Amino acid sequence: MAVKRRPLAGKILLHLGLVPFLVFALFPFYHMAMTSLKTDREMYDRAAVPLLIRQGPTLEHYQKLIWETGFLTWTWNSLLVTVLATTVSVAIGTVAAYALARLKFFGVGTFGTGIFVTYLVPTSLLFLPLAQVVNWIGLADSKWALVVTYPTFLVPFCTWLLMGYFRTVPKEVEECAMVDGATRVQALTRIVLPIAVPGLVCAVLFAFTLSWNEFIYALTFTSSSDQITASVGVTGELIRGDIYFWGGLMAGAMLASVPIVLLYVFFLDYYVSGLTAGAVK
Amino acid sequence: MAVGDLRVGAAVPRPGLRFRELLDHERFLGPAFVTPALLLIGLLVAYPFCMALYMALSNAYIGRPSHFVGLQNFVALWESDAFRQTFQNGFVFTGAAVACKLVLGIALALLLNQQLWFKRLIRGAVLLPWVIPTALSTLGWWWMFNSLYSVVNWTGIALGLMDPPGPNWLGQKYHAMAAVVTVNVWRGLPFFAITILAGLVSIPKELYEAAEADGAGAVSRFWHVTLPLLKPVLAIVVLFSTIFTFSDFNIVYILTHGGPINSTHLFATLARQIGFESGQLGQGAAISLYLFPVLVFVVWIQLKFVRRQAY
Repeated sequence: MAVKRRPLAGKILLHLGLVPFLVFALFPFYHMAMTSLKTDREMYDRAAVPLLIRQGPTLEHYQKLIWETGFLTWTWNSLLVTVLATTVSVAIGTVAAYALARLKFFGVGTFGTGIFVTYLVPTSLLFLPLAQVVNWIGLADSKWALVVTYPTFLVPFCTWLLMGYFRTVPKEVEECAMVDGATRVQALTRIVLPIAVPGLVCAVLFAFTLSWNEFIYALTFTSSSDQITASVGVTGELIRGDIYFWGGLMAGAMLASVPIVLLYVFFLDYYVSGLTAGAVK
Repeated sequence: MAVGDLRVGAAVPRPGLRFRELLDHERFLGPAFVTPALLLIGLLVAYPFCMALYMALSNAYIGRPSHFVGLQNFVALWESDAFRQTFQNGFVFTGAAVACKLVLGIALALLLNQQLWFKRLIRGAVLLPWVIPTALSTLGWWWMFNSLYSVVNWTGIALGLMDPPGPNWLGQKYHAMAAVVTVNVWRGLPFFAITILAGLVSIPKELYEAAEADGAGAVSRFWHVTLPLLKPVLAIVVLFSTIFTFSDFNIVYILTHGGPINSTHLFATLARQIGFESGQLGQGAAISLYLFPVLVFVVWIQLKFVRRQAY
């Protein structure tokens, strides 16, 4: 192998092979960041180089976004919906996953298959009838409709993910605790959950990311400016007619991604392991 | 043991104690633990699904009582050019995007599986498109494909690959399809690469050493060792991606809104336009239901061939 004979040359070649992939992955973010920091004059100057900022960076678009639009309200809505939906879903998912991984009872197999099928149901399949349901329970055009409906895709996901983690906890550890007088519930809360903390972190991260990124439900179930989430607000309210406020649009897309990017930077390894666990297990 | 517990519990009159005994009983605890999830799925997934079936067979219209009309919606859809175009788009979009993601994903995973400098940083960068909200990152692509200020065209012209002014990406039929496929590949590639990478890591090193000892070159090692052992992982990734690509909404909704002249509409975006924006709930639900056979097909394959755990 070339790598063995000339290690350095091979390694450099290998990294060069990665360059197109990295450019493909990162360029859109770079371009969005650049655009959001440009003055309008430079942005709409067709003679200017679009890749660089030559006429000085500006925070004007960000200032306008924060003070002159409902951006802060939208972000607050996103945060509220995401935190509540994540909490509820991880709790429901944890107990369901424990039952599937450990307990024997009537219908456990059917339930497992049901969870798996629900996990694969795309949100775009059921958004029309769900909108009707949301109307009936009196949550039309309310962010609470999202708190209620997001668990429909978060719970199956969390259950599926956590079931895998619970299965890796040796049964004997639990049985020892129960022989020593612990109840099933105590065995779960004091023995299994502490061992499965990485799995729980993973479930929380993914549930948070999935609900922060959700779009079609938010777009369909909410419409008032004080109820919509960040994604819907940025994509819908910053565009007026044929005149596009590209600077503000890019600034909004950048800022609304910040919470996810922060989580991502701190918990990268969990994202990598959760991504593979969700699919491969 | 369990039966004995229940009898002792039943003999004790205090309800508090009896409840705690019951909690220790698998046949009680199991159903109790799955009830919340079951209620949620029943009320907000299974019930809406039944509603979708009924709506698709009715002339439901927003804010109007509906009547059963049989297969009228489906007949009307097949007679409409927009739907036939969408049907075709769905397969073109999914086929092209999944094929690109598979090939590029294998290539990227093979590269990531080598000894790299800044391994963590590179993985982080590669995964980033998958983590950022699609609706927002697609806005960035929208700007990149802008008819007047496209940075893609600027770069192409600067490198001499395009004649000025370059294609109007979102305004021409085939270019628009290429654009939405590109963005879908961009977003879905990390999932393929990272999952395939996990599959690569699990292939025992000894197999490669044995193949090398037998005189197999790098290419034949890939065809005869890597690819066969990767098959289960590839099957799962392709199946998952097929469902989620087929039902994609965000990218098309933001980039093209289905245009120009329906040439990029997918089932989800057409369902929203007809069922929500123009209020024909029945037809919208019928369009959404076209996603269901794909779901059934993928679930069936998964349950039959791929899943190793038995319930």
